[in-house]
Amino acid sequence: MSWLEVFFTQLSNGLVLGSFYALVALGYTMIFGVIKLLNFAHGDVYMIGAFCGFGALSLVSGILGDTWLGLFVAMLMSMVAVGFLGVIIQKIAYQPMLAAPRLSILITALAVSLVLQNSALALTSGEYTAFQTGLGYGGVDFGAVFIAYQSMVLVGTAAFLMIALEFFVKRTMYGRAMRAVSVDKDMCRLMGINVSRVIAITFLIGSGLAAAAGTMAGIYYGSIWYFMGFLVGLKAFTAAVIGGIGSITGAMLGGLILGMLEAFGTQIPFIGSEWKDVFSFSILILMLVFKPTGLLGKSEVERI
Amino acid sequence: MSEPNSAETRSEQTPAANGLLDHMYVFFDDVRHRYGFYALVLIVLVVMPLLTGQYITAIMTNALLYVVLCLGLNIVVGYAGLLDLGYAAFFAVGAYTVGILTQEFGMNFWLTIPCAVVTASIAGVVIGGPTLRLRSDYLAIVTLGFGEIVRFSARNLEITGGASGLAAIPSPSLFGWHIDSTLDFYYIFVLLAVVACIASHRLHNSRLGRAWLYVRHDEDAAEVMGINRVRVKLAAYVIGSIFGAMGGAFFAVNLGAISPESFSFEQSVLVLLAVVLGGMGRIPGVILGAFIVVLMPEFLRELGSLRLLIFAVLLLLIMLFRPTGIWPDRRS
Amino acid sequence: MLLQVDGVTLRFAGNTVLDSVDFAVGEGVITSLIGPNGAGKTSLFNSVTGFYRPQQGKIEFDGNRLTKQKPHRVTQLGIARTFQNVRLFREMSVLENVMSGMHCRTHCGALSAVLRTPRQQKEERWIHEASNECLEFVGIDHFRDRLATNLPYGYQRRVEIARALATQPKLLLLDEPAAGLNSGEKDELINLIRRIRDERGTSVLLIEHDMGLVMQVSESIHVLDHGRMIANGTAEEVQNNPRVVEAYLGQEEEELEL
Repeated sequence: MSWLEVFFTQLSNGLVLGSFYALVALGYTMIFGVIKLLNFAHGDVYMIGAFCGFGALSLVSGILGDTWLGLFVAMLMSMVAVGFLGVIIQKIAYQPMLAAPRLSILITALAVSLVLQNSALALTSGEYTAFQTGLGYGGVDFGAVFIAYQSMVLVGTAAFLMIALEFFVKRTMYGRAMRAVSVDKDMCRLMGINVSRVIAITFLIGSGLAAAAGTMAGIYYGSIWYFMGFLVGLKAFTAAVIGGIGSITGAMLGGLILGMLEAFGTQIPFIGSEWKDVFSFSILILMLVFKPTGLLGKSEVERI
Repeated sequence: MSEPNSAETRSEQTPAANGLLDHMYVFFDDVRHRYGFYALVLIVLVVMPLLTGQYITAIMTNALLYVVLCLGLNIVVGYAGLLDLGYAAFFAVGAYTVGILTQEFGMNFWLTIPCAVVTASIAGVVIGGPTLRLRSDYLAIVTLGFGEIVRFSARNLEITGGASGLAAIPSPSLFGWHIDSTLDFYYIFVLLAVVACIASHRLHNSRLGRAWLYVRHDEDAAEVMGINRVRVKLAAYVIGSIFGAMGGAFFAVNLGAISPESFSFEQSVLVLLAVVLGGMGRIPGVILGAFIVVLMPEFLRELGSLRLLIFAVLLLLIMLFRPTGIWPDRRS
Repeated sequence: MLLQVDGVTLRFAGNTVLDSVDFAVGEGVITSLIGPNGAGKTSLFNSVTGFYRPQQGKIEFDGNRLTKQKPHRVTQLGIARTFQNVRLFREMSVLENVMSGMHCRTHCGALSAVLRTPRQQKEERWIHEASNECLEFVGIDHFRDRLATNLPYGYQRRVEIARALATQPKLLLLDEPAAGLNSGEKDELINLIRRIRDERGTSVLLIEHDMGLVMQVSESIHVLDHGRMIANGTAEEVQNNPRVVEAYLGQEEEELEL
C-alpha cells in the first residue's frame, strides 16, 4: 500500500476508534465534573452496554431484523437500560460515600467495577460472545483504500450523539445546571438547584453514552467479552485527561486524538500493534506528569 | 453533616458486642499476655504441617506469602493512604530478578536477594516519582497503568522468557540444607511472614510511621509541620515495593517457574481486597484478610468463576457498611 | 531583622493580592499584622511559608532566602505557623499531633526503625519528652492521650500552638489565634504569647482582628489594606494614623450601605 493509502486507512480506523473513546471519555469527564470522582467502573458500564445491546438485538431482531433498524433500536434500548443502571449505581454505591475519606470512595468505585466485570464473567464463563449482525461488508472503494459503510454509520452516529450532548449542555436547563454543579455544588444548592437530580441525570447520560459506544463496538468488532471494558476504560480515561478532565469538548477532542494516535501508532516500526497498549499508558503517564490539566482544562489554584 | 462511617457512631450502635471485645483488648494490653499469644501462634504454625497433609501445607504457604504481600501493600495504602492498583508490579520485579539472575547467570539465590531489594527500590522510585504529586484518583489509575506495563513487558521481552515465563529456577541451599520440599518452603515462609510482621509493627510505631499518618490525614498541614511529603510517600512506595519483591523472590524459588499471568491486575486486586477486607492499616486485620482471601476459595471450590464475584460483592458491602474491615475496632 | 520582606507582589488570575509589600519582623519582638477583611494578610503568611509563590519580591529569614522554598523547608529553617481554621490531624491523639512538629528536628529512618537501633530508641524518647514539654508549656498535658479533634475548640487551638512550638521555631506565625475565644481565654492567650517570647526566645507574628488584644500584646503593628502596607509603628502611632482609620472606617461604611 502506498503511503497515502495507509494514511487514509488509518485515518478511518482512528475515527472509529476515536469515536468510541470520545463517547466513553464524555462519561468520565461529566461524572468527574459533578462529583469530582473518577468513576473507575465506567469502563465496565461500556461493557455492560455492549451485552445489553446484544441482548436487546436478540429481542427485537425477530420483529425489526438485524440490520440498521434493529441495531439502532437495540442501541437505544441498551442506552436507556444502562443509563438507569448508572443512576442505581450512583444512588447505592457513591451517594453514601461522598462524605467519607477519598480513599473509601475510590475503593468503592473499584468494587463496583469488579462486581460488574465478574457478573459478566460468571454469566459468560469468560468466553467471547459473537455479536452477529445482518450488516454486510459493503463499503466504498477509494483506490486501494476500502471504507466500510459500517464505519461511516458508526462514526456518524457517534457524531450525532455528541452534537446532541452539546445541545443539551448549552441549551437546556438541566445541561446548564450540570455545568453549574461542576463549578460550585454548594452554591447551586443555595440557589435552589436540585443537585441530587442533576447528578442522577449526569450519570444517566454518561452511562447511556458509554452503552452506545459499547453496542457500537460490539457491532464493529463482531464479538464482546467481560473484560473489554478494562482497557477501553483506561484509554477513555487517558482521552479525557488529554482533553482536560472536566471539559466536555476536551473529552471529544481527546478521544479523537487518542484514536488517531493509536491508529497511526500501529505504523511505527517498533511499537506495532503489540505495544500499542503500553504506548497509550505511557501517553497517560506523561500527560499527568507534565500537563495534568490537559489541552482544554483550567488550572486549579489551591487556596489554603 | 453526619459521617455514617465514623468509628464512634458504629460502636455506639452495638454496645453489647463490644463488651467481649473490650475485654479481649484489655487482656492483650498486658505485654506478657501478648507475647504468650504470639508464642502459641508460632508453636501452632511450626507443628501444624506435621499433623496435616502436604496439600494443606501448600495452601498455608500461599497464605503466608499473601501475609507478606498484604503487609507490604498495607504500608502503601493503609499507612500512607496511597491507592496502588498495580502492586503486583513489585511482586513481579522481585520474582523476575531472582529468576533471571539464578537461571541465566547462575547466581547464588542468597546473593540475588540484595539485588532484588535494589531493583525493587528502583521500581518504587520509578513508579512513585512521577505519580506522588498527583491527586489520589489519578494515582490509582496511573499505578494500574504501570502494573500493566510491567506485566506486558514481562510477557513480551526475551529476557523474561516471554509469555511462557521462566522455568527451571534452581532451589536454594543454606549451609548444606537443600530447600526444595513443600515442608522446607513452608518453614521459610513462616520465617518470612514473622519478619514482615515485626518490621511492619516497628515501622508503624516509628517516626516514619507517624509521618505516613500525618501525610495521609492532611498533606498540607504535614508540610507545614516540616514534613517533606514527597519523600515520605516515596519511602512508603519503596518499602512497600521491597516487601512485595521479597515475597516475589521466595515465590519464584518455591514454584521453580514463573509466568506473567501471576502478576496481573487480578493479583493486585486480590492483595488489595485482602488488605481492605481484614482491616486496612492494622496488622492483625491485614493478616486476617490474607488468610480469608487464600482460604475462602478452598471452601468455595464448586462455585468456580462465581468465586471472584463473591469477593467483589463482599468488597462492595465492606466499603458501604464496614469500611474499617472485619477486624473489630477498639472503642476509644 | 529576623524576617525581611521586600517588594513582594502576588497576583492570582488577574487580581493583585499583594502589591509591592515591604515588611520586617524584629527578633524577640511581638508583631501584629492587621487590616480589613480581604487585605491579604493570610496571603502574606502563605507567601512567607512557601505555599504561594509571589511573582515579584524577595523574602529573607535569618540569613536564608525563602522565596521559592517548599513549605517543609521553610519550617525546617525555623518558621512555624498555625491556621485560621484549626487543622489538627484527625483520629490521632493530642500527643501524636504535637509529635508531628518534632519530625523536622529528628532523623531516624526506616532501617533504624526496623532494627530498633539504640540511636533510634534514644531519639524516640527525646521526641516524647520534647512533645510533652510543649504540652505542659501550653497547659494541656492532661489531655495528652485524648483524640485531638474531640477537645473543645479553645483547647484545640492550644494543641495547634503546642504543635507549632514543637518544631522549635525562631519565628511563630499565628493566624487569628483569638478567633472564637471568650474573654477569659483571650487573656490566657496574651499571657501565652508573652511567655513564648520571654521563656522560649521565639519571636511572634500574629494576624488578628480583635483590636483590644492586638493593642495589648503587640510591640509593633503593621497595617495591610487591599494588598498594600499602609502603616506601621507602635500601638499608639497606628491607632492615630488617619490612613488606618480611613481603611477601617471605609469598610464600615460599605457594610452600612448594604
